[in-house]
Amino acid sequence: METNQNSSLIAPVKTKDLDLNFAAEIKQKHGVDINRCFHCQTCAGGCPFHLATDYPPNSIIRLVQLGFRKEALESSTIWLCVGCHTCSIQCPMAIDMSAFMDALRQTAIKEGACVAEPDILNFHRDVLHTIKRHGRTHKLEIMLRYKARKWDWFSDILVGTKMFAKRKLHLKPSKVKAIEQIQKTFQPQPDGVVYE
Amino acid sequence: MNKQSAIDVSYFPGCSLASTATENNLSLINLFNRLGINLVELDDWSCCGSSSAHCINSELAFDLATRNISLAPPGRPLAIACPSCLLRLREAQHHMQNDEKARIRYEETWGRPFDPNLKIQHYFELLDKKNLLSFSKDQIQKLKGLKFVTYYGCMLARPPSLPRDTKYHGLMERILSSLGATSLPWAYTSQCCGTFLSVARPDIVTPLVNKIIRGAQDAGADFIITACAMCHMNLEVRPTVKPTVPTLHFTEIFSLALGTDDYKKWFSKHLVDPRPLLKAKCLIN
Repeated sequence: METNQNSSLIAPVKTKDLDLNFAAEIKQKHGVDINRCFHCQTCAGGCPFHLATDYPPNSIIRLVQLGFRKEALESSTIWLCVGCHTCSIQCPMAIDMSAFMDALRQTAIKEGACVAEPDILNFHRDVLHTIKRHGRTHKLEIMLRYKARKWDWFSDILVGTKMFAKRKLHLKPSKVKAIEQIQKTFQPQPDGVVYE
Repeated sequence: MNKQSAIDVSYFPGCSLASTATENNLSLINLFNRLGINLVELDDWSCCGSSSAHCINSELAFDLATRNISLAPPGRPLAIACPSCLLRLREAQHHMQNDEKARIRYEETWGRPFDPNLKIQHYFELLDKKNLLSFSKDQIQKLKGLKFVTYYGCMLARPPSLPRDTKYHGLMERILSSLGATSLPWAYTSQCCGTFLSVARPDIVTPLVNKIIRGAQDAGADFIITACAMCHMNLEVRPTVKPTVPTLHFTEIFSLALGTDDYKKWFSKHLVDPRPLLKAKCLIN
């Protein structure tokens, strides 16, 4: 299945191109030990998104174990994983897949890897943008920012109007009084990651 | 309801219940009032970081979650309505219980000592401990003739870091059955609803929720009873199956069964109107 997606898995692999420390790096920086995985593929069988992702969850683990850094960081799986933990509760080795995917997403952002699902990352940034401004998410603003960026005003107009009419989308955000406390948490980190 | 003996419990509603799912919030507060529990909203609570903060930066996610923990007054549990917020706060608390560096970060950021004994629970846990039948003596058959399936979504799945956290399998079925309704078996009770992918990838979410709706129809359910406001929204907004199955928040149907008549503002908020069916079942006027 994966071989169609990625030519580097068909072409001969040179070990010098692999990042053999990748798994150790993930363990050291993010505390997730994926070398416990023995590829029973239970996670792959249970993943609700397996039809949409380019690799099933255990294949992402395998890519990291083997040092295919670029392939793992540029996969759509890491962005499509919503952290529902369906895989983790079935995992016989209790690997925290959600934390593992967080580690890969954060590494991908930090390294400026090519993001396979830019819309999803943009959505996350839109959410954080409203949290920074108001202390709480403001759904209308998130949707408007998201749609404006894509110039996509029509795909959800019906449902949006319905939600607005039912006052499920509020014009005004619900605001935190001590907003300076929230903004403090958004101070640039030493690693220089840009949140929005 | 006995106001004198009402117990105070801190309450974190979360952004969904404060905006897109106010009917969930209103019915929850109503329900707990009936059960003699007074939900005291955390003063000036903020977003838990949602599904987005932890994708981008763990420290930011930790700080956003822990601010709310720091607001909880000592000596009473903190009840959370949204399963996702609960996980964010529980994971942050667990992190602090096991890592001194995290505790120091918390205390330096929020200027309050860390309380390792604070109980952070889903409101289901408070229900679990109550003798609910004592509140429903007169209404015990109120839901007779109502067939339902329960939808917990991913709230039954816990990350490996929190293996001892309470699971809620069967709680909604048990309570609603004791009030006369019939719980139907089906396959999708803990299938993920797709959560935030609903915005960026509705093409993935629609087939998922269609499968869930069809499953409920095949089971013969009148209603899908949801535990999570996010799931509720996806089940109302994204299916293309016609006709669809109306969804009710667990708090709505439970409160209704206990005899509330304060439901006007709840059901009018639903995108799939449950009122015709509720009227047909003589549950509302």
